[in-house]
Amino acid sequence: MLWELNADQEFFRDTTAKFLSERVPVEAIRRRRHETDAFDAEYWRRGADLGWTSLLVGEEAGGGSISGDPVVDLTLIAYEFGRAAAPGPLTSANVVAAALSGAGSHPEVVADLLSGATVAGWAHAEPRGGIGAVGLEIRADGAELVLDGVKRPVEAAGQAGWFLVSGRTGDGLTQVLVPADAPGVSVAALQTVDLTGRFGTVTFDGVRVPRDAVVGEIGGAAAQLEYQLQLALVIQAAETVGAMQRGFDMTVEWAADRYSFGRPLASYQAIKHRFADLKSWLEASHAIADSAAAAVSARAAGAGELVSVAKAYIGEYGLELLQDCVQLHGGIGLTFEHDLHLFLRRATVDRALHGTPAQHRARIAQFVIDREGSAA
Amino acid sequence: MSVDVSDVAAVAEDVESFRTRAREWIRGNLGPFRPETAMGLRSVPAEEELAAVAYDRQLQRKVYDAGFAGIAIPREYGGQGLTAAHQRAFNEELAGYECATRFQIPTMCPCAAVLLDFGTEEQKIRHIPAMLRGEEIWMQFLSEPSGGSDVAGALTSAVRDGDEWVLNGSKVWTTGAWWSDWALCLARTNWDVPKHRGLSVFILPIKQSGVDVHQIEMLNGAKDFCQEFLTDVRVPDTDRVGAVDDGWTVVTRWMFHERTLFNSPYVTYPQGQVHTVADASPADIARDAGVLDDPRARDLIGEARTLDVVGDALMQRIAGGMRAGRISDQSAAIGRLYRGIAGTRTATIKFDIAGPDAAAWSDDDGGISQAGNGFLMRQTACIGGGTTEMARNVISERVLGFPREQLPDRNVPFREVPRGGSR
Ligand SMILES: Cc1cc2nc3c(=O)[nH]c(=O)nc-3n(C[C@H](O)[C@H](O)[C@H](O)COP(=O)(O)OP(=O)(O)OC[C@H]3O[C@@H](n4cnc5c(N)ncnc54)[C@H](O)[C@@H]3O)c2cc1C
Repeated sequence: MLWELNADQEFFRDTTAKFLSERVPVEAIRRRRHETDAFDAEYWRRGADLGWTSLLVGEEAGGGSISGDPVVDLTLIAYEFGRAAAPGPLTSANVVAAALSGAGSHPEVVADLLSGATVAGWAHAEPRGGIGAVGLEIRADGAELVLDGVKRPVEAAGQAGWFLVSGRTGDGLTQVLVPADAPGVSVAALQTVDLTGRFGTVTFDGVRVPRDAVVGEIGGAAAQLEYQLQLALVIQAAETVGAMQRGFDMTVEWAADRYSFGRPLASYQAIKHRFADLKSWLEASHAIADSAAAAVSARAAGAGELVSVAKAYIGEYGLELLQDCVQLHGGIGLTFEHDLHLFLRRATVDRALHGTPAQHRARIAQFVIDREGSAA
Repeated sequence: MSVDVSDVAAVAEDVESFRTRAREWIRGNLGPFRPETAMGLRSVPAEEELAAVAYDRQLQRKVYDAGFAGIAIPREYGGQGLTAAHQRAFNEELAGYECATRFQIPTMCPCAAVLLDFGTEEQKIRHIPAMLRGEEIWMQFLSEPSGGSDVAGALTSAVRDGDEWVLNGSKVWTTGAWWSDWALCLARTNWDVPKHRGLSVFILPIKQSGVDVHQIEMLNGAKDFCQEFLTDVRVPDTDRVGAVDDGWTVVTRWMFHERTLFNSPYVTYPQGQVHTVADASPADIARDAGVLDDPRARDLIGEARTLDVVGDALMQRIAGGMRAGRISDQSAAIGRLYRGIAGTRTATIKFDIAGPDAAAWSDDDGGISQAGNGFLMRQTACIGGGTTEMARNVISERVLGFPREQLPDRNVPFREVPRGGSR
């Protein structure tokens, strides 16, 4: 993460780090693995008090950032989430709050999201879909809109009070806010490798909502969805880097303490060189995560490409790094007892969510070709 | 000791107005970047190479006359006295435009950088403006036939004779020595102390009797790689850089500058311009190979772009971290390692995208033409400027603090150090 934080940002990050280490230490995460919910309501409300949910929302709507650079501030929290393998729908909460407040709709829901009283699901991805592929149908019927389709995976679907659903209306994309208890909405829990992750498939079967459920314009949500994807990817990148950093630190310590043939593992050149590679991947991941965050924060023209680059790199090398950490631990690295897997689990889910590295490489190639083509 | 190139230094012109001024001048005065004439390891006839060198001299002079040479070099040495951020802005604006590549590496970095750190006032005033005016191209006489990684194991000797030193020995793998002017040279001045304590650094003109430059053919046919034989070369003591027998202090800094290269505040180089042998971009090659719509080719184009963009972000992070004092200068090795690995991977990607035509091609094949040679020369990125293995040693031992390798030559007079068969 960033080397040049101001004192307020440092304090902000520190507060979350302390809270997470007290509230969800590794034992608590292990214990939680068979529970239906990944976190309790009180945990999330306290986190909201620390500022986890309000950064992307303007002050007039009850939000506010520490540094005036809200996206960057949010990545500090995400980084700590990764370092702690902490539970909680950080991405959904922030993406949905930003979307609603950005469109100026549903202020009462925004207030509930900010206070942590409610959790919302970002219902965007679809089964077997590419990045941003949307098939769910939204059609107008008199004063109402009717939704038909399936969203999957939706984070914290079982605990969500609301879903922000993206759908296709004729040629355009539309987003609507749907209460989780609306008739026709059903949630089926999914399995996942992350002990603190809870995802569901959400089916919308002739779900009817009033027209004022629309967030933004009917048929005009493409740019807003791209921005949401960018936010999700930036949060994810920071979180994965946090998990990488923790796994790497644990492994460095281990290599210095563990002796083999009368000398520390860390003294063998074959091992030292592996660590040097890991360190270069780690620093490169920090660098690209920060640069993607800065670009999204500034709404820079290249932000879309940068978030994909961050995903393509961190998704690939972050997981190589953590798997190498397992390798360098030897047998103990594959046990449930050891903590390392908690970070590997988080990063594994992050690698697959919001587009795989390969899908993002294809997106990057398109950016390159479009650019070089237009220059020619 | 090191010159202040901090981004926050109080300077006359802010970065954005400098950028605007630079952009206007670049667009109005410079042609497009031509990879085929840039410094590199291409197989071209000698006359062509010499013409390119002559052109670079004029181009460098033009940049100097316009007031854009040595942007982060102090004014008293002919530079502009601005900051690393100004240099970076210039490099960004220079993307796609021509540049006097032969005056950048190793002339400005590491040679000028080492002079700025350790040179006498007289040496700086004599040479740095001459480099900036396009008059002196510098080379590093560092590696020797007996082994380049073990820099402190240099065998080239310098023996004192009154106010002069007499140098004998051989240096090798010097790209471009046959058309260059001056050299920064490491030599042994004391054989009776452990190796690091008996070295000194000198500067000397390359074109003089006693310096015999041989071109070595590389595996792609290029002949820019050179070996130099030094026979009784006399160097005045005023051309010594740093203290006698304390050359290791200079070399440590020298290698730091070598690891920063394209990210150095002294180097003018178009941002994002690839520095590899096969210069066509992966997308160009895919277009020429007719596979632009092939998902596998797209995956590779995306991968190459990813490595490129991440590399740039990493270099900025490391440079920023070092300037802010958050990480040690040894961290430059992280950038060096990344550059090597990404460079070799990118050469492989280009070769793969070019497909079967990379095996046999004609000049009409565009981007495909050099993909085979690019692949052959792939490891350049991991060897030149110190190997990636040495970078890994530095990262693990100096950055992560892991135990050092056993060094049997550590506390032994250099005279008694065992040498391999070929020494
Ligand atoms: C394109 C290019 C340009 C160059 N330009 C210049 C120049 O201008 N001036 C100049 O002086 N030199 C130059 N060099 C030389 C370059 O610096 C050396 O080639 C490099 O430092 C390696 O030294 P070597 O070739 O003697 O290999 P060696 O030192 O003999 O190494 C051989 C192999 O052993 C490995 N190795 C060696 N020691 C260790 C160790 N302790 N631990 C683990 N592995 C080790 C190396 O990594 C390498 O793989 C250039 C080289 C190239 C490729």
